[in-house]
Amino acid sequence: MIREITFVEAVREAQAEALSSDDRVFIMGQELGEYGGVFRATEGLAERFGAHRVRDMPIAEQSMLGAGVGAAVMGMRPIVEVMFMDFIACGMDAIVNHAAKVRYMSGDQMRAPMVIRTQGGSGTHHGSQHSQTLESWFLHVPGLAVVAPSTPSDVKGLFKTSIQVDHPVLFVEHRALYRTRGTVSDPVAPIPLGKGAIRRRGEDVTVVGIGKSVGQALVAARLLEEEGVSVEVIDLRTLVPLDLDLVLKSLAHTHHLVVAHEAVERGGWAGELVSRVVAEGFDELDAPPLRAGSKPVPVPFAKELEAEMIADERLIAERVRQALGIVEYAR
Amino acid sequence: MNHRTSTAQTVPAPGLSDQDASSRGAAPDVRSDAELREIFRLMYTIRRFEVTLERAHLEGDLYGPFHSSMGQEAVSVGVCAALRLDDVVTSTHRGHGHAIAKGADLGRICAELWGRSTGYCRGKGGSMHIVSMDHGFVGQSPIIGGSGMLATGAALAFDLSREARVAVAFMGDGAVGQGVFHETLNLAAIWKLPAVFVVENNGYAHSFRAEQMQLNPDIATRAAGFGIPGVVVDGIDVFAVREAAGAAADRARTGGGPTLIEAKCYRWRGHNLGDAEHLYRARQEVQEARRDDPLDRFRAATSDLIPPGVLEEIEKRVAAEVDGAVRFARQSPPPDPRTALEGSL
Repeated sequence: MIREITFVEAVREAQAEALSSDDRVFIMGQELGEYGGVFRATEGLAERFGAHRVRDMPIAEQSMLGAGVGAAVMGMRPIVEVMFMDFIACGMDAIVNHAAKVRYMSGDQMRAPMVIRTQGGSGTHHGSQHSQTLESWFLHVPGLAVVAPSTPSDVKGLFKTSIQVDHPVLFVEHRALYRTRGTVSDPVAPIPLGKGAIRRRGEDVTVVGIGKSVGQALVAARLLEEEGVSVEVIDLRTLVPLDLDLVLKSLAHTHHLVVAHEAVERGGWAGELVSRVVAEGFDELDAPPLRAGSKPVPVPFAKELEAEMIADERLIAERVRQALGIVEYAR
Repeated sequence: MNHRTSTAQTVPAPGLSDQDASSRGAAPDVRSDAELREIFRLMYTIRRFEVTLERAHLEGDLYGPFHSSMGQEAVSVGVCAALRLDDVVTSTHRGHGHAIAKGADLGRICAELWGRSTGYCRGKGGSMHIVSMDHGFVGQSPIIGGSGMLATGAALAFDLSREARVAVAFMGDGAVGQGVFHETLNLAAIWKLPAVFVVENNGYAHSFRAEQMQLNPDIATRAAGFGIPGVVVDGIDVFAVREAAGAAADRARTGGGPTLIEAKCYRWRGHNLGDAEHLYRARQEVQEARRDDPLDRFRAATSDLIPPGVLEEIEKRVAAEVDGAVRFARQSPPPDPRTALEGSL
């Protein structure tokens, strides 16, 4: 059976399925239970599974994530919701120094299987401290998987795997996607981590993205089609592990690469991908690979200001033109 | 039998009766001679371990940081003696004593400190990261305050799976300065988790005297802010510690929620080996404090319970055991370098 649901409904269904199929799964966070989550991602779950498994807790990210690690080490499978990705900064010690490392440091005696769900990004005018895209931070810490779905079906397929693996997973949702719709089958098959997907076939250039950037790349591709440019769009789906082979394979026929993310371009994960492509696919490149990321300022409130700095479909299209030499490269 | 005089003082939380919160006045329950001897064996093992490995370190045989727990043996052993085998303990950078008291194997601890393949973490952890899941020693966090959040999570797991187990976090007085200390105590309190927080107030957070960093000299009184009992206990007296920990563990196990225990003790050594101690404390202060030795206190308290010669016999056996553990570590092969990349993600 094929149904159409929203992205946030997929997040809710994915969690409900995890709760009902595995007693070890529970959710911790703020506003989850009676409130149903500030984005409705846990609506009805406390009623269905009980307040002990859908646990509201004080606004205390470090202890929330740290207790998640402790519970995971003792055999549970926590889902910890960090309401805004910006707030993850308050709990970094638990993620970086504990969740990511306990398995390695203990010689594989301890494991921390947990899903850290969070949402972020621009577009709702929440200002600088509620709009960041910070997944790049976590690529730099060995021991964490980083997952960023772009469709409702992928939410369900990737979540199913994320809650089953024996290591921590950062599950990044872009807020602007929550009300987008997509079809899902029943049930959705689990999607292995580290397997990207080609969203559009094209001949001239490969655009790689995750989450919201995938949709923007598709919009850019339609714009460029009118200009006679054929764009291939790859959705990486997970950043750790990274499906480099899929990118290299695409590059072998397009010979041009643009990596798109809403995160600030400087120090973003696109740089890592470009570096690996240069190291392993240099001969396939007909031109320097380019990044389409946001400008290095905090995300501002006013929509005119945000539009000036945020990476969007216009920037992606412009980078494609630059990569193909249609227009000259400018920062 | 002066060990029957408890030195524990309870700071009751608001709304809790003395009886709920109290570990005051009750005589320690010395279950058997064998248990007494076991308490001494563990305390002496910790002492002997720290002395022996410190020497090996100074001789250049060991590398990496080394945080001696000498002087704090009664806290480690007193707490763990009050626990069941399947209860768990989390620990700090100063954790050798906790691992030994929880029953971890000396040889494998030594091998980990020597960075050998036979170590608990196969050379990936070292002195600050000993783990023995088999013994419920679920790890050290040398990130100050980290042990509290891990124990809170373990207690949450026990609560969710309805297991009658208790999670104990050892922490230092320095941990009280961390935000996560307050977060986790509050979380454990509101959820009535089966957790016990043991702050070893050894007087120093690295070079800072506790009173420089907190106006309130009694850490246990912080418990009132979370609505849980706080207990101050003489951390030199293993029986007092065991009594306080036993009451807290019972309370936790029976749904009463967490307790904060402050064990007042003294750090005999610098923060770590090679610490510039002379910059912040006088030799005389240390010498004076060392006159109150937890091992001597044990001997005095049990002089009419344990026949002469028994403790000396234990000391001899422990010395040989520590030497054997060191030998095991030294003779063990280093880890295969290829194992460095195991589990890469």
